[in-house]
Amino acid sequence: MRINAEKKKLPVNLRQYSMVIALIVMMVLFQALTGGIFLKPQNITNLILQNSYVIILSIGMLLCIVSSGSIDLSVGSVVAFIGALLGVLIVQKGMNVWLAILIALGAGVLVGAWQGFWIAYMRIPAFIVTLAGMLIFRGITLYVLQGMTISPFPKEFLSISSGFLVKTGTGKLDMTTMTLGVIAIVICVAVSVIGLQKKKKNGYQCPSMAAFWGKNIVAAVAIGLLTVWLALYNGVPVLLLIMLALIILYSFFMKKTVPGRQLYAMGGNEKAAVLSGVNTKKALFLTFVNMGVLAALAGIVFTSRLQAATPSAGQNFEMDAIASCYIGGAAVMGGSGSIAGAVVGALVMGVINNGLSIMGVGSDITQTIKGLVLLAAVVFDILSKKHTVKA
Amino acid sequence: MAENILEMRNIIKEFPGVRVLKDVNFAVQRGSIHALVGENGAGKSTLMNVLSGVYPFGTYSGDIVFEGKACQFKNIKDSEQAGIAIIHQELALIPYLSIGENLFLGHEKTSRGVIDWDLTYNEAKKLLERVGLDENPHTLVKDLNVGRQQLVEIAKALGKNAKLLIFDEPTAALTEKDSQKLLELMKDLQKNGLTSILISHKLNEITEVSDSITILRDGETIETMIKGKDEISEDRIIKGMVGREMTERFPQRNVKIGDVAFEIRNWSADSPVIEGKKFLNDISIKVHKGEVVGLAGLMGAGRTELAMSVFGHLYGKNITGKVYKDGKEIDTSTVEKAIANKIAYVTEDRKDAGLILSEDICTNITLSSLNRVSQNQIIDKDKEISYANQFRDALKIKSNNIYQPVGSLSGGNQQKVVLGKWIMTEPDVLILDEPTRGIDVGAKYEIYTIINQLAAKGKCVIMISSELPEVLGISDRIYVINNGTVTGELSKEEAKAETVMQCIVANKKLGA
Repeated sequence: MRINAEKKKLPVNLRQYSMVIALIVMMVLFQALTGGIFLKPQNITNLILQNSYVIILSIGMLLCIVSSGSIDLSVGSVVAFIGALLGVLIVQKGMNVWLAILIALGAGVLVGAWQGFWIAYMRIPAFIVTLAGMLIFRGITLYVLQGMTISPFPKEFLSISSGFLVKTGTGKLDMTTMTLGVIAIVICVAVSVIGLQKKKKNGYQCPSMAAFWGKNIVAAVAIGLLTVWLALYNGVPVLLLIMLALIILYSFFMKKTVPGRQLYAMGGNEKAAVLSGVNTKKALFLTFVNMGVLAALAGIVFTSRLQAATPSAGQNFEMDAIASCYIGGAAVMGGSGSIAGAVVGALVMGVINNGLSIMGVGSDITQTIKGLVLLAAVVFDILSKKHTVKA
Repeated sequence: MAENILEMRNIIKEFPGVRVLKDVNFAVQRGSIHALVGENGAGKSTLMNVLSGVYPFGTYSGDIVFEGKACQFKNIKDSEQAGIAIIHQELALIPYLSIGENLFLGHEKTSRGVIDWDLTYNEAKKLLERVGLDENPHTLVKDLNVGRQQLVEIAKALGKNAKLLIFDEPTAALTEKDSQKLLELMKDLQKNGLTSILISHKLNEITEVSDSITILRDGETIETMIKGKDEISEDRIIKGMVGREMTERFPQRNVKIGDVAFEIRNWSADSPVIEGKKFLNDISIKVHKGEVVGLAGLMGAGRTELAMSVFGHLYGKNITGKVYKDGKEIDTSTVEKAIANKIAYVTEDRKDAGLILSEDICTNITLSSLNRVSQNQIIDKDKEISYANQFRDALKIKSNNIYQPVGSLSGGNQQKVVLGKWIMTEPDVLILDEPTRGIDVGAKYEIYTIINQLAAKGKCVIMISSELPEVLGISDRIYVINNGTVTGELSKEEAKAETVMQCIVANKKLGA
């Protein structure tokens, strides 16, 4: 039995990195197929901005999936609903942009609490509650907008999605970006060195030096490359900072905090979690409140990017977010999955969208390919797990 | 001497890196009840999976001769066709289908492709009569208790014209009474010419019904004993299973009983399903410091329900009664509060409600006491790992490391993980619900040792067990619970199998 367990470890790691490797292969492939356009600095910046809202949604969706294996079908409609709300408040009533944003986020809390109440406390399946929510919020949006598009939004609001940090320096490279990049690398390495020191001090088992520095070097190179690419174009988009903050915050929450651990536990075995003292109802409720807030944030970002509130905004966003989580290795029944995985999943979808559109491929083929990628990723996941069980 | 209905010769089965069966020989006489015993991991299940075609021909080496013919089963259907049926430990019935539908699942009674329901239920009734189950075949399986479901499972096997029945731990989830019934049914079936293989950890049952006993250890046949020819005793079987003489099945300890530290007073609760039905009625229980108190009784008597209604009010409606610890009343109305008041409840069903099987040992052990390894809600991974390692060593959990998923551990080691999880919460009161169910003799002994260590540290231990010898062997005092009330309180001296049984059967107060 000992040997089996040893073997079990390997494919899990392989699985973790396999989507990253697939992402890199895809990017290289598109670089060749688009004749070098794909990896141009401008397009990379575009790619990040284009996919920001899907990444934001998939973070929230991952929490839903991990905690209970449930999905939120309403997020696309909520994005449109928040857009309509912002349109009315900012454009029609002339409200202060930041106040309107606060109200929008508050509306997200209410939407999440409404759905979370039915799901967590009344035990109505999330699929049904959020399917109802999908219809309800799309309906309200249509009612509010009366089939019209509201615009124009003030510059201040648009800068959320189109703003960049102020450029400095005179050369081709933006010095603000470069400085931030260097700081990021230093922090990254410092955090892992401090962690290692602490392990050593307490006499815990440490990773081998080669593995430790290998990991650090890969991370540093990745950050460095992104920094240079951004610096060659407009610098650091404000939106990227927001997204990175979310990714880091939620990764930390899921991996390192007690409530995060409890979400994994209840997804893995709800009964056992209850008996271990986890308040699963409250946790599930808050998971959906969180999803509501993130959906509102995605709504703000998307409206800002679109520069208008439209009735059809956000259609199929829920599907992209759900697909991102599954491509990123989240278990359908809950209990496993990672923020990093969901983000990589979202990037895989984004790269396919972007790459194919540069190549001039229509949305018919693009959708088909995205569907196949989703299926392939999950099939690969299940096959690799089966393999480990057999062994 | 009767001929052999089954012969398995020189069976070798390997998984990558491990040889699970090393040259096993196993022969079963026609019309006999043949027991197969061995510790968990000895290879019993693997051997039966080889026999029934779960591991198809070609993935093992050796010969299977059934009814004089060499067999090469490619799947379960093949072996069923030949007349071999397994009654699994985990029942394989569909809860929302009726008994009749379940009985003929996979080989429906049809005429021209359409199911003939009249014939189905008629045949079902006959099968139920054969196993002595008095139920309407239209009843849904979910409405039957485990004992009755087991009978349906047997009827299903009979419906397939099985000649050889394999019972895999058939009484693990049954009460003493239902177990006894099942054993009698096995004997009845034997009279009708059926052959049975019985896999069980309960040695008293084995010595009672079986004609011969084969012992497996580490994938090898140790010996086969035949009733009437060899002297069969539990001690001899245990010796064969573990490869050593177990002088005592229950470790000794010096009992130092202190003051009353935990008390449940006048505890009552209504059934959550049937409106107005009192399920627990005025139960009062006392536990002293350093005392192991056994809760004996039949399954469904209300012991698990009592534990779960006390621990976070997880069971029952309109709960009344008070819980005292060290003389002070405490609030246990939610699991968090119960844990905060230093109470721990180790569940009956470790796989279903005790563990997160996909997670590793480390995560499972720290789950109930994350506050001990975290600061401001942030988990200190290094601290967590060192705690997990500490418990792995202290409880002798057999694994490569603490990162092994608990789903891949044996039953005994899984149970140790659950115990570790609760010991880590530093409880003063531990309620252990069937802590040794389905685990082998060696692991049981280790669990008993852990229980004794806890008691020696002055903790209160409440042990719920359906195995009488176990309750008698481990407890300093026993409460018998029947029908939701305490029907007897027996001291160690008073407690004998007979007196406890009396309290169970008599359904009236004895002793105190």
